[in-house]
Amino acid sequence: MKTVRAFLVGVALIGLGLLLVGLRVNPYAYFAGYVVLQYVIIATAWNVLGGYAGYVNFGTPAFFALGAYTAIFLIEAFGAPLPVLILAGGLVAGLLGLGIGYLTLRLKGVFFSIATFALSVVLQTLIINWDYVGGAKGYTLIRPPAPFFGSWAILLFMVMVGLAVVTVLVARSVERSWIGRGLAALRDNEEAAECMGVPTLRLKLFATTLSGFFLGVAGAPFPYYVTYVEPSSAFDLNYAVNALAMPMIGGTTTWIGPVIGAVLLGTAQQVATVTISSELNLLIVGVVLVLFVVLAPEGIVGLVRRLRHR
Amino acid sequence: MSRPMADTLLEIDAISKRFGGFLALDRVSLRVRAGERLGLIGPNGSGKTTLINCVSGALPTDGGRILFEGRDITALPAHQRTRLGIVRSFQIPKPFTSMTVLENLGIPLEYAAPARSHGAAAALDILRAIGLDAKAQLRPTGLTQIEMRKLELARAMAARPKLLISDEAMAGLSSAEVDDILAILFRLNESGITIIMIEHIMRAVMRFSQRVVVLDAGTRIAEGTPEEIVRNPAVEKAYLGE
Amino acid sequence: MFSWDLLANAIVAGILLGGFYAAVSLGVSLTFGLLDVVNIAHPAFVILGAYVAYMMNSSFGLDPILTGVLFTPLFYAVGAGVYRIYYSSFERRGEESLRGLVFFFGLLFIIEVALSLKYGVDYRMVEAAYIGKSIDLGGVGIAFRLLVPCVVGLAMTLALYLFLSRTFYGRAVMGVSQDQVALRLMGANPVRIKTIAFGIGIAAASLSGALLITISPVVPSTDRDYIGRVFAITVLGGLGSIGGTLVASIILGVAESLMATLFGPSWSLAVSFGILLLALAVRPAGLFGR
Repeated sequence: MKTVRAFLVGVALIGLGLLLVGLRVNPYAYFAGYVVLQYVIIATAWNVLGGYAGYVNFGTPAFFALGAYTAIFLIEAFGAPLPVLILAGGLVAGLLGLGIGYLTLRLKGVFFSIATFALSVVLQTLIINWDYVGGAKGYTLIRPPAPFFGSWAILLFMVMVGLAVVTVLVARSVERSWIGRGLAALRDNEEAAECMGVPTLRLKLFATTLSGFFLGVAGAPFPYYVTYVEPSSAFDLNYAVNALAMPMIGGTTTWIGPVIGAVLLGTAQQVATVTISSELNLLIVGVVLVLFVVLAPEGIVGLVRRLRHR
Repeated sequence: MSRPMADTLLEIDAISKRFGGFLALDRVSLRVRAGERLGLIGPNGSGKTTLINCVSGALPTDGGRILFEGRDITALPAHQRTRLGIVRSFQIPKPFTSMTVLENLGIPLEYAAPARSHGAAAALDILRAIGLDAKAQLRPTGLTQIEMRKLELARAMAARPKLLISDEAMAGLSSAEVDDILAILFRLNESGITIIMIEHIMRAVMRFSQRVVVLDAGTRIAEGTPEEIVRNPAVEKAYLGE
Repeated sequence: MFSWDLLANAIVAGILLGGFYAAVSLGVSLTFGLLDVVNIAHPAFVILGAYVAYMMNSSFGLDPILTGVLFTPLFYAVGAGVYRIYYSSFERRGEESLRGLVFFFGLLFIIEVALSLKYGVDYRMVEAAYIGKSIDLGGVGIAFRLLVPCVVGLAMTLALYLFLSRTFYGRAVMGVSQDQVALRLMGANPVRIKTIAFGIGIAAASLSGALLITISPVVPSTDRDYIGRVFAITVLGGLGSIGGTLVASIILGVAESLMATLFGPSWSLAVSFGILLLALAVRPAGLFGR
């Protein structure tokens, strides 16, 4: 029943998005909305591995950029349409996720995190030296006219609404299934989980692959959104920090945490970029992240829960 | 090795384990009968924990075979051995800290136990049997030392073991608490569970075990009833040095 | 394209670079290798040290390395303070693994963004009499901007080695990593010892920042390049072995220098991260593992 209800809520949200499109608000709203929704996907995807399984991935930019560059490659090679790009971007990034899943066999805790960071830099170097997708100079996409809604901004916004709803629904159902409970056990204590019958390796591979898939999905429409992609923008460290900060601020143990974090922090950043400066808003992200991790380790979800119990 | 094969539950056949140049286990063999209470003792660094890590699947072996109910399990990962019925408890309790006591039992019930024993009712039954039912809704961090040990045992029980390996479940407990844990282990054994006890508290091992095996420097140096072991000069030498 | 001269020059430059890399990595060797505190913000403190050197150099004409030395007490205090926060917020609660890591990552980000707010994203450099000079040894040029940091780096390595092996506090730091109980029996408070060690680590980071800006111009985001280098060296060097850190630094310096000479500078960064990935995947205990 609950799953059905969640599904209906998801459909309602997509409807709400369409309504927003129908209202034709200030075009900037679609641009900003796209970014916030992109962060909903990124934060949710990161949290499947970081929050549920307890493996901190610093390499979010690698997966995001892999999604974006897979898209660029497919546009360049076959002129593939957007749905294909999204699926392919997700699959390729998911494959990379599977790879880092095997890394967890040897690398626990911080070593895993450092390795994911290293992965991101190595991948960036490869892309910089790969001229077919633009290399260091970057890649400029000439968009055809938008097939629906009359504008790419609105079309991409709607695509992101749909992708975000799907991502959150999947994360939510994983969390509430036997897989989610097994991941929580291995997050708490991997050795004990294995000894209690939890197939830890298989669950970790599942989590890294799924997480990688959705990070790639978030990155695949990126070339269409910005129309000019360079390695430094696709591999931006901000993705790594936001992917971490948003779930941490919202709360990492439930699906709603990353959503709250992404909406709050994502919106705040969009507002700050317009009203203050983009650098100052990044500073705010950093400070908020550190404050939350020190003072409210269970995030907003944890704070609310504590207030309710009083 | 003249005992009949029929009632052998676990058979360890000449397993070795090395860490770099250090030979932690040197072709150790051991047979455990179904329903038996076996004590495994030895000085620090003798290889007891390594042995049970090899049996539970936490460590791969370097040669030798392990058979459980006649089936070769040497290559199986740990979680599959748990599902077959080999369950261990940890010397330092390793609870799932983000879950309540009840939810802690839910993990093995869901992942290791046969399908019919699912559910909170099964978990509560186990907690009641072990005397932890009043704490079912608490987080493990709110438990005392002895309650933590009981949770460790309760969680192992939830995996519905045929063979329970208890790794120093009593270290650091008062003598009344030791009796408490011993009583639980006796009851489990009466219900048909084979138990291997690794323990430093001699009084407890000797009272509990039907048979005691002594390891020293990675080899088996003695085996016998508790009475025989106490009188064995080789054991005394291993413990006291020369 | 290829010539033996070029190769010899690349190797010598790599060795000199290695001496400097050792200076950058010492702090991490100490905090991560010995104390198990994953200070991923270490490179940000290096850059902070570089900007302090830049500021004093551009405002007062002070020698960058002298500035680095003068500011070590301040950075020591900052480091000690950071560790106190880390300890009371994470380590004491036993939550250091995930949240502690995020804490340091956030710190790195804050320092980097604050620096780009203050100084912008232009490259900054320092001026000193020896920068730009070099001596020629039979076709192999030795630039002073590399030689001086290398010598200082070697001196720092030696000093840390002597501190750890010869002094009471140094031995206590070694003790923290092995046996906390024994340490208590010695009458040393592990938290205090760790605070001292962490302070030293950050002080070393700031001083190596002064060396960095002597070698090449710096932007706030330079710290990212050093995350991979520093951890590659620490892991390769065997987590906490000072001698191992030095050897690993020189290996990395030479490898990067050769890579830059043979394939171009855009590949040299991938070397350190590639080595790091390889080291982590194949031999997490490092070349000189404990």
